[in-house]
Amino acid sequence: MQATAVPVLFNAADERLTVLQELRDLVDHRNLLWNLVRRDLTVRYKRSVIGFFWTMLNPLLLMIILTVVFSSLFRFEGIENYPTYFLSTYLVFGFFAQTSNQSMASLAWNGALMKRVRVPKSIFAVSTTLSGLVNLCLAYVPLFVIMLATGAPICLTVLYLPISFLLIAMFTLGVSLLLSALAVYFEDVQHMYQVATFGLMYMTPIIYPITIVPYKWLFVIRANPLTHLVKLARDPVYGCTLPGGHVILASVAAAVIALVLGWVVFHRLARGFYLHV
Amino acid sequence: MVEPSVEFHGVSLRYRILAEQGITSFKEWAIRWLTRRMHYQELVALSEVSFTVDAGHAVGIIGHNGAGKSTLLRVAAGILRPTRGTAIVRGRQAPVIELGLGFEAELSGRENIFFNGALLGRSQAEMEARLDEIVEFADLGEFIDQPIRTYSTGMVARLAFAVAVTVDAQILLLDEVLAVGDASFRIKCQERLQAFRDAGITILLVSHDLDGVVQMCDEVLWLDRGAVRAYGPAAEVVASYRASVAEGPAVGGAIEAAAPPG
Repeated sequence: MQATAVPVLFNAADERLTVLQELRDLVDHRNLLWNLVRRDLTVRYKRSVIGFFWTMLNPLLLMIILTVVFSSLFRFEGIENYPTYFLSTYLVFGFFAQTSNQSMASLAWNGALMKRVRVPKSIFAVSTTLSGLVNLCLAYVPLFVIMLATGAPICLTVLYLPISFLLIAMFTLGVSLLLSALAVYFEDVQHMYQVATFGLMYMTPIIYPITIVPYKWLFVIRANPLTHLVKLARDPVYGCTLPGGHVILASVAAAVIALVLGWVVFHRLARGFYLHV
Repeated sequence: MVEPSVEFHGVSLRYRILAEQGITSFKEWAIRWLTRRMHYQELVALSEVSFTVDAGHAVGIIGHNGAGKSTLLRVAAGILRPTRGTAIVRGRQAPVIELGLGFEAELSGRENIFFNGALLGRSQAEMEARLDEIVEFADLGEFIDQPIRTYSTGMVARLAFAVAVTVDAQILLLDEVLAVGDASFRIKCQERLQAFRDAGITILLVSHDLDGVVQMCDEVLWLDRGAVRAYGPAAEVVASYRASVAEGPAVGGAIEAAAPPG
């Protein structure tokens, strides 16, 4: 037996459901976080030979389809190099949609785990967001290939992208936390959200320019935080400009509000997860 | 004097649940909320549980289904937070609530060892140091580098047990783990647990195997409907539990339905 007093591992009475406590827990479990991200990526790419290339291939095929559709069937005036226009926003929207959808599945799927080991419950949304970010970065490789092939200029402004990614990831994590907590309680949230993401894509100027929106509906598009967040990713790639001040302001506000709201709601609901997973 | 490993002071755990069970859709919830047809029911999973476990002691937790045994273990593991009271745990713990937990079918046995270790809160470096020992204990031969999905159930259990008993811990929390596996696996488990006891590791063990509990444990905690019915020397408590069971079958009550063990 050890002669020295063993330190207190935890005292349940001292534990408060605070943001700081959960953050400290996350830092303590960084090895698990790293393992979860690695698991996501390995499982995704391991089983098939084309797994890794699929991330590359997916935007390429999409581009071909959309270029055919929107260059020949529907045409928007004043958009040069449509593939770049479309992909520079579609990739980040895809990151948002996939991550938030997967977070719901991930939390429900890992429910059994939460009942049996002491883990910070937000770790699943965080790890899904991180592995989504890795996939997003990989997806930019074919975008740059396409840009070179179609003669679109690649400017130094792309160096701004990490900031865009950071804000989009913060927003995505906030929404993911909020939705995944709700999805634990209500099974149908996940199905409803799939329809909602479909609608959201058309409420965001991704396949069309914002200039075609009728004035009376413009406020709807402007009220959508994703409108500003995708512009944050489009401007440095398509058009070689840095995003304007109001775009940055709106994006920062959306990211911070979503993250704080998601975090607070998640922790209010997390206490009851035990009865539902 | 060494401080106790586990201290529970008046630990209570209550849930507020919807009286109408089975609202799992948002639509239904919204309708009920709008029409003000929400009835909550208080559910007591643990009530005023107090006990201490000295370092190096093995404590068995017995009681009917739904008496709160698994809930108590989860409070000790830090998975559930008590509504009232204090639960203090001293020392690093390895919860073995279920064998084979958190394995990923697509990853190899070796990769899963690291993943499982991370779940138990162990660092990468620590798992690397322990890897050889775990691989040797699991004794899976070539299979260690194959994906888990190619394993038989017994092989998965062996790997899980190897990880659980090889990580360094001062407190072991075991929930019915001895109930799984074949006879030889059970003997292997029991030998290992005996070795832990000899090494002065504190053990909390939930079990329905009363003979096993008497043999393994120093003290026994008898839970009845979330409250401590008796706590004392293993043989005594088990004897009075047996006497009470013989008098007539008791039912666990509503707790069972809302918080099933396992």
